[in-house]
Amino acid sequence: MAKHHVTATVNGDEVEFLCETEETLLDVLRDTLTLTGSKEGCSSGDCGACSVTLDGRLVCSCLVLGCEVGGRRIETIEGMAKGETLHPLQRKFLEHAALQCGICTPGVLVAARSLLERDPDPSETEVRYWLAGNLCRCTGYDKIIKAVMDTAAELRRR
Amino acid sequence: MPQTNGNGHAVAQTYVGTRTVRPDGVDKVTGRARFGADFSLPGQLVGRVLRSPHAHARIVAIDTSRAEQLPGVKAVVTRDDFPDQSSEFIPAGEMLINYRDVVRNVLAREKVLYEGHPVAAVAATSVAIAKRALKLIDVQYEVLPHVIDVVEAMRPDAPLLHEDLYTAGVEPKPAKPSNVAKRVEISLGDIEAGFAKADVIVEREFTTQPVHQGYIEPHAAVASVSEDGSTEIWCSTQGHFIVRAHCARLLGLDIGKVRVTASEIGGGFGGKTVVYLEPLAVALSKKAKRPVKMVMSREEVFKASGPTSGAHIKVKMGATKDGRFVAGYAELRYQAGAFQGSPVQPGVMCAYAPYDIENVKVIGYDVVSNRPKVAAYRAPGAPISEFAVESVVDELAKKLEIDPVELRLQNAAREGTKAAYGPKFGPIGLVDTLHAVEKTNQYTTPLGEWQGRGVASGFWFNIGGETCASLTVNEDGTVSLMAGTPDIGGLRASLAMVAADELGVPYEKVRPIIGDTGSLGFNFLTGGSRSCFSGAMAIVEAAKEIKADLCARAAKLWDLKADQVEFKDGHVRATGAGADKHTPMSVADFAKVAGKTGGPIGGYGRINAQGAGPSFGTHLVDLEVDPETGRVTILRYTVAQDAGKAIHPSYVEGQYQGGAAQGIGWALNEEYIYGADGKLQNAGFLDYRMPVASDLPMIDAILVEVPNPRHPYGVRGVGETPIVPPMAAIANAIERATGIRFTDLPISPPKVLKALRERGLNHPKNGS
Repeated sequence: MAKHHVTATVNGDEVEFLCETEETLLDVLRDTLTLTGSKEGCSSGDCGACSVTLDGRLVCSCLVLGCEVGGRRIETIEGMAKGETLHPLQRKFLEHAALQCGICTPGVLVAARSLLERDPDPSETEVRYWLAGNLCRCTGYDKIIKAVMDTAAELRRR
Repeated sequence: MPQTNGNGHAVAQTYVGTRTVRPDGVDKVTGRARFGADFSLPGQLVGRVLRSPHAHARIVAIDTSRAEQLPGVKAVVTRDDFPDQSSEFIPAGEMLINYRDVVRNVLAREKVLYEGHPVAAVAATSVAIAKRALKLIDVQYEVLPHVIDVVEAMRPDAPLLHEDLYTAGVEPKPAKPSNVAKRVEISLGDIEAGFAKADVIVEREFTTQPVHQGYIEPHAAVASVSEDGSTEIWCSTQGHFIVRAHCARLLGLDIGKVRVTASEIGGGFGGKTVVYLEPLAVALSKKAKRPVKMVMSREEVFKASGPTSGAHIKVKMGATKDGRFVAGYAELRYQAGAFQGSPVQPGVMCAYAPYDIENVKVIGYDVVSNRPKVAAYRAPGAPISEFAVESVVDELAKKLEIDPVELRLQNAAREGTKAAYGPKFGPIGLVDTLHAVEKTNQYTTPLGEWQGRGVASGFWFNIGGETCASLTVNEDGTVSLMAGTPDIGGLRASLAMVAADELGVPYEKVRPIIGDTGSLGFNFLTGGSRSCFSGAMAIVEAAKEIKADLCARAAKLWDLKADQVEFKDGHVRATGAGADKHTPMSVADFAKVAGKTGGPIGGYGRINAQGAGPSFGTHLVDLEVDPETGRVTILRYTVAQDAGKAIHPSYVEGQYQGGAAQGIGWALNEEYIYGADGKLQNAGFLDYRMPVASDLPMIDAILVEVPNPRHPYGVRGVGETPIVPPMAAIANAIERATGIRFTDLPISPPKVLKALRERGLNHPKNGS
């Protein structure tokens, strides 16, 4: 079967690509568009390392097909910093040492941004449940949760 | 006064001990950092592995001809592509390896020994073609009876995995082969006499299940072999020098022709200290003459890598009525997986290490069964034996009506204590960690109904080993730092701080990288909690060379004798009479005149690090049991552990918190579940249930610092001890909450509910 021709927006840039029906959005991002910031930890939607937003909605890109995203807006970790300026979450993750190996970090950051966009003042429990779909094996989550809470507090002060 | 650190070592400044931003951080929060699967080469092929569908079978024949003929298939490898290896045990850090077994685990030869055991590998131009090729490989199996459970595997009539395996460590040598590879024993004093002195004796049996390291990044490797045999490998590993050694040995290559670059590594915890894909990728690339990239799926990771042993354990301890431990006995039966080499030896050695007991005897058995070969997992072996001992210590505390922290304090190992496994301890921090948890607000906060508080201590040796690192002073005074142990959680930050303090340059001016195997001398892997400990020592050596060189240059410049110049507080200074005539020169000052004073400036540290200090920790947990569902919720958690000196406190805390979280998973949920067919039933993150953010509370980390006298900065390894205490701390807390002593891990909701039902204790939480 012929490949699908897809046009979409990734981090504000229009992109077009060809993909097989069975290729996931994650495959397209990583292999075709060489945006390897989104990670594949399980390919079953359990680890969240491939988190991106699709028209503003948080999804696991391993559970979305490449041919489904025509005309849609995709935001990945690569689009999070603006020019030289890190997103406040990125900065706080560094200050709080909220990463060790860093493999889960892109997905966690994308998911956390999605949370703060809809809720500027989440409780610790809300942060923990929102990030329950993002596995981290290194940190025990402690510093991740603190970094997200601290970012939310800083953003509220602005 | 020259500045010194807490350990009497001269330093120029004190970044060490502060919470700097890690130099590799920005790349990791922007998605720029390249992990194993993020690397690609032009013209690369896709490699895939054919794995055994059986738990145990003889391979009658492998026919790859149809796969080879499929257009797009560029190479197929089987056992025939790897020369056989003789049986010989080689020490490798905390474990022993035998290449006869390594080659068989990389690709099965006579038999497949577990579901997922690799049988063949293909390289093709696309994933689809590679997958089709695997289906065209015809393997004829003669299916054999299998054995999964460790106790069953030890029975005389159990299916035999290796016809030539005779139990080592027993006299006389057994007449028949068995699945028991080895018997080990340590003893101290007279165990019978010890029990005769005891007023109270507790004897219990325990089981633990295999648990996987659970790194989020699956194994990944790219290999490229050129026509002259030059081999390049990029892979996610805890030790690229070890990958080089293994690949060279398995494929008959000169070590000097193999260059391995470690990618950023997405977690390892011991599981990436061995090779799985790398030799296959090299063999495929050698045949195809093109680069080959291989990445495991999560299912492959679960079925064919890691995990650590499950075990069956007997513990018997005796104490006098005033709370003195007088005898400790244990029998440990550890699953090794398909090939011998479980961590039963360290399990035996660690079992009673936290205590000063005159009479100890621990026996261990290393047992093979039809499971994936175990790999190291954080303090390999120790969490299993110490779970059992620390559970029994808690029972003794209850019987003796002594507070569990007090009982531990009465018996704790201290400086000068002779450990049952051999050495006399130097300065150690176990007592300090016990006092630290006792002083927490948590320890005295009242608990509610169905809530319990548990405590447990833990020990790990830590290691040093072969380490090389270099420092280069660049023309503008910045410093390039190269280390050879992959950085999994802050190593580059820590070593950059040490280099800055040694040389008196700003931390931000030190740029650390992890060099490939061609750039430095041999480095043992990141494991054994050694990388920061040994790396810092190598950096101190490298800096020493630079300082001596700069002093010699200054002596020439200033026309002074060598002993009239010294490096102090970040500057080369003249000493004695007339010293003020010469303006002290910093490293950056020398960088500007390097060409005129002797050429490029650099130092090289090349050491076999000795003097690793053991690290002890104590964990305190408050939890609640839901009597309706059997679910255990962790309410509060505190880790107190001796770091010696925390170079970067945040990343030391991170080790404590992460180890505790893994231990909580081990205690409450994680396990390998097999069907009667010998196949793994939960090879995915949905069914292999690791802790998620909503499962855990904040984990308080208390940094106890009893400096290691044998390290210039006082450092002890910290990465492994944190996974040792959680299982017992949680079992002890559940016992206090319910009155039920759970001895089988994981203490999962169905198990708790069943136990509550048997005692008529289960009911809706607020109902009747």
